[in-house]
Amino acid sequence: MHHSIEIENLSFSYPDGHAALRSVTLKLEPCEKVALVGPNGAGKSTLILHLNGILSGSQGSVRVCSMEVDKQNLGRVRAQVGLVFQSPDDQLFSPTVYDDVAFGPLYQGLPPAEVDQRVDEALAAVRMQDYKKRVSHHLSMGEKKRIAIATVLSMRPEVLVLDEPTAGLDPRARRSLIRLLDELPITMLVSTHDMLMVREIFPRTIIMDEGRVVADGLTEDLMSNSELLEAHGLEMPKV
Amino acid sequence: MLFSVAPMHIPDGFLSTLVSLLLWLITILVVGYALKRVSADLGERQVPLMGVLAAAIFAGQMLNFTVIGGTSGHLMGAAIATILLGPWAAILVMTCVVAIQALIFQDGGLLVMGANIFNMGIIGVMVSYFAYQTVKRLAGGRSWGIFAGGFIAAWLSIVVTALAVALQLAFSNTSRADIAIPAMAAIHALIGIGEGLITLGALAFVYSTRPDLLKGGEQAAVGGKFVWVAGLLVALVLAIASPLASAYPDGLMRVAGETGFLESARGPLFNLIPDYNLPGVSNQALATILAGIIGTLIVFFVTLAVAYTRRRKSK
Amino acid sequence: MHVHFLDPYRPRSSPVHQLDPRIKLTLTIAFILTNALVPAGAWPVYILLFALLVSVEILSELGVGYILRRSALALPFVLAALPVMFTMPGPSLTSFAIGPWTLTISQPGLERVISVALKSWISVQAAIVLASSTTFPDLLIALRALRVPRLLVAVFGLMWRYLFVLVDEALRLMRARAARSGESEIPGARRGGSFIWRGRVTGGMAGSLFLRGIERSDRIYMAMLSRGYDGEIRSLPLPSLRLQQIAILAMILFFFILLLAFAFLIWG
Repeated sequence: MHHSIEIENLSFSYPDGHAALRSVTLKLEPCEKVALVGPNGAGKSTLILHLNGILSGSQGSVRVCSMEVDKQNLGRVRAQVGLVFQSPDDQLFSPTVYDDVAFGPLYQGLPPAEVDQRVDEALAAVRMQDYKKRVSHHLSMGEKKRIAIATVLSMRPEVLVLDEPTAGLDPRARRSLIRLLDELPITMLVSTHDMLMVREIFPRTIIMDEGRVVADGLTEDLMSNSELLEAHGLEMPKV
Repeated sequence: MLFSVAPMHIPDGFLSTLVSLLLWLITILVVGYALKRVSADLGERQVPLMGVLAAAIFAGQMLNFTVIGGTSGHLMGAAIATILLGPWAAILVMTCVVAIQALIFQDGGLLVMGANIFNMGIIGVMVSYFAYQTVKRLAGGRSWGIFAGGFIAAWLSIVVTALAVALQLAFSNTSRADIAIPAMAAIHALIGIGEGLITLGALAFVYSTRPDLLKGGEQAAVGGKFVWVAGLLVALVLAIASPLASAYPDGLMRVAGETGFLESARGPLFNLIPDYNLPGVSNQALATILAGIIGTLIVFFVTLAVAYTRRRKSK
Repeated sequence: MHVHFLDPYRPRSSPVHQLDPRIKLTLTIAFILTNALVPAGAWPVYILLFALLVSVEILSELGVGYILRRSALALPFVLAALPVMFTMPGPSLTSFAIGPWTLTISQPGLERVISVALKSWISVQAAIVLASSTTFPDLLIALRALRVPRLLVAVFGLMWRYLFVLVDEALRLMRARAARSGESEIPGARRGGSFIWRGRVTGGMAGSLFLRGIERSDRIYMAMLSRGYDGEIRSLPLPSLRLQQIAILAMILFFFILLLAFAFLIWG
């Protein structure tokens, strides 16, 4: 039984000296859904960029689906870890939705019939089958975010990592996205400020602050500890 | 050179002063005219539009794709700028890009900036305009004209600019015409394909998203004809001059020697005191050693002064 | 949040930093021009110019190492000039054979190549000192003083403001592409697609950048209109130069002219 994500003592500093990650250790089991929360600057985005090798730490190790994330494995890692960034505009860079969702499988060299099937699959998973011929640029923010998820789902990854998926969404689009994330049967790590969503669909939460993991446990335990939340710039919205 | 495209941004020292100044003159005249035209055509919107697009082209030049193994293809941007903005605004946009690259990032020299703007901004734009409009007319308004025109304009802009660079280097006696011209032409014929593909992809994106923006390059009806003719002439002149210069490099060198009088290859050796009988070599060596000593002393004293001031400041 | 990695400006309190930007720009150009005019083979003059340059670098407190490292990036272009070493006519120094060809290095040729490399290297360092010791807004002042049209200067300013925003967008686009550039488990699947496809995808990324840029410029224009913009560029008048600064300028220019006269007398 292998962990889907296994990070051990990961440290990373930006070229300008800023230490973004300090000895981070965490593990995700297959099909676990975990929320990553913390104030801005805590290192959440930096950590996420290590999961598919875009950044590599100065110390420590990152293993994804039993593979070490290093130069040799980059191709395999990126096929297994679907990373969805915060701004969909910077991820939808092809003329049509079909082109963007097909990029992953096409790059991998899959035959056209297979590519088609993957695109259909991915769009169905995000409930946007009718959007194949649409132009990404003209879609609403909510629609773009779902398409962005589809662009990585088409690679059939084992792990889905999302950076602020509900940021900038209106209530309806947000509800739709939360439902989608809840239903996707896949290991998931989501960095977010949306505490209500965390409480709703993520059984486990990791709190980061100043580059370190300061708490890692059941969401309901962490959320009821208001001192802990306050100490790290978080708060539970009053219901 | 952090984000250098192809070997097109000429650094200082590679062109003779005469060539540099001549090209500065032409550039100033053309850019001055472009400023007037753009003010008339675009009006108020011009500053934000050109500013942001100049930034976009600069950023776009950082996008790359792997061609073979370690080499990657890049964008220069003259063609896509011309198609999106029309020739005069494109000249200004490319001027900004080249200027900032030289001033801030030392990609391209300051004295030769006129030449670089002339090559990438003026020649690149004019040739693109000529090619794009011609192909579009040939296609009779059908959409394939846009894409074919874009690809050819992009490819041509790279190749013709490269020829111009090679000729300028040859005229400055920095490179031999019969080596530089074929080499630059061959390399950039390949690089041009990359530019063509990126331009094509960009056009496809814009066409499917905001086809109205492609009409933008249609303005400048009056100035347009001039640019078209200029583009055609430039392409022709360079296409003819390059193989000629390549075939007769010595002729070119003679011309370069006569016009490059300010930096002639070799001058009389130490004629200050004609009756002095010491062999030229040791005079030279003496002068060099002396200069070295003086230079070292200067640096030494400056270092002392700086250290002294710093100590005084920290007291 | 952080200084953008592209911005070369390094704040220091050196006399070079404090020098009026108009004087600095003029001196930098004059220095590069002087360099360009020095005849080939005038090594002592190059040495003096280099000494002057290093002194300024020390004075600027930017760190000679930093400047030298940055200047190395400009050197690859020298390869373009190398062939001249073999082809310029003149007394030969040495020759060697590569395969069927015999290459002869001539003395004037070697001198020319070394001159070009030196001029280029020295000029680049001057430009680096200028860019690293002068804030961009100050550089714009210097450009205005050199009579660059106000419209162009305004466009420069706007380009600079959005340069980093768009560069970051471009980097994110490339990251997003990298995140989807995986390797499948199916054996024999050819990775990467054809290079034509890759080129067109990159074009799509560029197109997205341009398109969003154009639409952003619409929003900027509206913001400008909301603040009363009417198309005319108005700016505050430039402060007049202090006598001390003009004196420095005159002294150094005079020194350059002396050096050049010396160089021409002996080597011209």
